[in-house]
Amino acid sequence: MPINKQPVDVVIIGLGWTGSLIGMEMTDAGLDVVALERGADRTKEDFLYPKPADELKYGVRLGMMQSPRTDGVTIRRNGGETALPQRQWTTFHPGNGVGGCGAHWTGVLYRATPTELSMKSFADATFSPGFLPENMVMQDYGVTYDELEPHFDLFERIAGLSGQAGNLNGEIIDGGNPFEGPRSNPFPLPPLPRTLTDTLFTEATQSLGWHPYPYPSANVSQAYTNPYGMQLGPCNFCGFCSNYGCLNYSKASPQTCVLDALKRRDNFSYRTQCDVRRINKAGDGQTVTGVTYIDGDGNEVFQPAKMVFLCSFTLSNVRLLLLSGIGQPYDPISNTGVVGRNFTYQITGSVDMYFERHQFNPFISAGGSGQVIDDFAPDAFDTEQHGFIGGSYIYTTQGPGGAIGGTRVPPGSPSWGSEWKRNAQREYGHHMMIGTTGSNMAYRDCYLDLDPNYRDPHGDPLLRMTYDWKENDMRMTMFMADRIREIVDELGPDYHTESFHKVGDQFDPSHYQSTHLTGGAVMGTDPQTSVVNRYLQHWDAHNLFVMGASNFPQNMMHNPTGTVAALTFWSVRKIRESYLANPGPLMSRS
Amino acid sequence: MPKNDFQPDRRALLKGSLLMLPAMGTGIGLIATAGADEAPPHIDDYTPTFFSTEEWQFILAATDRLIPEDETGAGALGTNVPIFLDLQLGSEYGSADNWYMEGPFPKGAPAAFGYQLPFTPADLYRYGIAATRRYCQDTYQADFPELEAKRQIEVLSGLENGDIHFAPQQGRELPSATFFSFLLKNTKEGYFADPQYGGNKHMGGWKMLGFTGARASFREWVDQYDRPYPLGPVSLSGERG
Ligand SMILES: Cc1cc2nc3c(=O)[nH]c(=O)nc-3n(C[C@H](O)[C@H](O)[C@H](O)COP(=O)(O)OP(=O)(O)OC[C@H]3O[C@@H](n4cnc5c(N)ncnc54)[C@H](O)[C@@H]3O)c2cc1C
Ligand code: SF4
Repeated sequence: MPINKQPVDVVIIGLGWTGSLIGMEMTDAGLDVVALERGADRTKEDFLYPKPADELKYGVRLGMMQSPRTDGVTIRRNGGETALPQRQWTTFHPGNGVGGCGAHWTGVLYRATPTELSMKSFADATFSPGFLPENMVMQDYGVTYDELEPHFDLFERIAGLSGQAGNLNGEIIDGGNPFEGPRSNPFPLPPLPRTLTDTLFTEATQSLGWHPYPYPSANVSQAYTNPYGMQLGPCNFCGFCSNYGCLNYSKASPQTCVLDALKRRDNFSYRTQCDVRRINKAGDGQTVTGVTYIDGDGNEVFQPAKMVFLCSFTLSNVRLLLLSGIGQPYDPISNTGVVGRNFTYQITGSVDMYFERHQFNPFISAGGSGQVIDDFAPDAFDTEQHGFIGGSYIYTTQGPGGAIGGTRVPPGSPSWGSEWKRNAQREYGHHMMIGTTGSNMAYRDCYLDLDPNYRDPHGDPLLRMTYDWKENDMRMTMFMADRIREIVDELGPDYHTESFHKVGDQFDPSHYQSTHLTGGAVMGTDPQTSVVNRYLQHWDAHNLFVMGASNFPQNMMHNPTGTVAALTFWSVRKIRESYLANPGPLMSRS
Repeated sequence: MPKNDFQPDRRALLKGSLLMLPAMGTGIGLIATAGADEAPPHIDDYTPTFFSTEEWQFILAATDRLIPEDETGAGALGTNVPIFLDLQLGSEYGSADNWYMEGPFPKGAPAAFGYQLPFTPADLYRYGIAATRRYCQDTYQADFPELEAKRQIEVLSGLENGDIHFAPQQGRELPSATFFSFLLKNTKEGYFADPQYGGNKHMGGWKMLGFTGARASFREWVDQYDRPYPLGPVSLSGERG
């Protein structure tokens, strides 16, 4: 018999970025809110210097991540393969514990562009009929950039975003990103100081006629107090950023930006080590009644709630919907159902350059520090003549500085012995990277469902990912590789090595790609092709709201979290304005 | 195959007589070892808890070949890398506590799926060391540590390239290249991880590379382009080098 808890107004599943923001908003609305977090509690004190400066624990053994043993994922590249589990994380690094991925993310904070939010409309208006591959599934988000703008702006003020606006109310500003959507306000803080890699990249891309600008960084450039009264200190380029908690109160995270303010509220509480297993459906077929979880002592607990917010990151969001039987699972053969549909990822590539003449001091690095061009965004040039839809940004960032991950030796040289040592010593600090990160279109045969073979310790099936790289996206990355080669020529390194995918390559999950896992519970205006409506309300259960990048119908070129947070605020505003007074579907199904 | 043109006498190294540490500061109260507040032990004074005596001799000899002491700086033995390996393999890493280790483990999984063997790191070392020693006995009628340096390097290269075949255990074969990749990766981890994990003694690995360890504060250095950073590393426990 499960333990029954007292009913609450709101239960939040997962206390990462979106869960924390929902906590603020729903307590603001005067509701009783409980957040359930599967992992351990983590406060800012856990990140005090020098604890995070431990490459083995965090950078290599991935101390902040969810455990594959308890929350695994299987992967296959097509329906003909048997999916195999990630025994240890290689291709992505999902988070665990209070703060979620938000506690160890990098802090590159972007907005979707107006085009990316309305990709289908853009494609219809721009491309020749029949140009797009038949199995590509393209959708608009169902919300426009103008609708989201105030919410982007709010999250950027919460995070202390540091950088240079490129488009202020339609006016293009030198040194910023001219391809971004119009901003109503300048960045809250100026850009971080520029590293040598930033400066070299700027010179090279300017001489090629492109438009370099500083990464919009949620590693803050100056002391800052955010709208919740939370204080951040200037980033000191500690070199332990992505995959690590910040040791300096400088990286925007639920811990540094939200949680202390939230925990002070009497109508908020949170419980850790509470692994939500099911969202409970009501007998009326239109609502949910709460959630069932296993607590730290192994008890099964039912937490009744008037509203449920699913804030558990793409992988858990989709899996919990499937395990709970809420919404029709997607079937790629019959092309019916919605849960798991439009799973997308990110297309990346990079070069590594060696310069004997430069000393980069690569341990001087911050995750959100870097220099970028958006000249090859999806709507910035005629991609059809190059054979693809989509776009990428091209960037540099200093590092990686860690000793375990940062040694470089010439290609073909030994990886051990004295020659390896001599090369590693000579070349450490003389390498610079340039990378590209691109959009990923959705395809009919790329989706998430439950694995038939592999189970977790509770006996529940693991989430299964069926995903491959497609020709359109590979043509895009080959185009970007050529642009990067032009930058390499400008810079003239002593040598460089390349890591790019090409048409015909299959998805290779044995290497880190990114943790920008998107789709699977997508938003939209048509219940036949989306799990949640444009207010992130579940079409089949009006008191269930799903937050996170699982909402994206296809992935954008830039990092997801700015858009994830803006969508969260967008949803919550509608809930506060309309739903609380009059609970029910916010959009009709027809 | 790696060229090793600096070959200190192996036996002398194993005895520790070539370890060159007096120049490295060990300020009072700033020294760390695995969990304890005392000076890191000399490798000869350490009693392994995970490795058997024979396995330990293999690890000493193999890591010495992988990261030899030479003109670039300390090697695996001088930095206690074998101690790091012993501690890691005896802990949750060795037993793969965090990994998803439920079957089935299909044979011949494409490399793209990453590690798909049923062996924990601890199993894998036991199996790999025994199989390599057996190979040395069969081929050279001698145990790995007794071979000349040149031979040892040949054997390690044979593992690295997968040219050496290990006999199956419980119906499963460990590819020798997989064993080697764990051995090399973990050896480098021990050389470059914070000294609190038992290796990188007196930050010898970091000094070899020019890494600053846990200094982690460089704001005023960001725009000092092309200037070598002047300070040595610090460890998590505050040891300075
Ligand atoms: C290494 C890394 C670098 C990144 N860098 C960037 C970047 O530079 N820019 C960017 O925009 N994005 C980046 N991201 C992605 C970013 O972190 C996420 O987009 C963001 O955190 C998403 O917020 P979320 O609330 O959806 O999920 P999270 O912040 O991950 O929070 C989800 C929470 O739910 C919990 N949970 C999951 N399942 C359950 C369950 N069943 N029961 C209870 N709790 C559960 C998890 O433990 C977690 O705490 C990065 C991610 C990683 C891993
Ligand atoms: S680089 Fe800056 S933001 Fe990142 S962890 Fe270090 S101090 Fe924090």
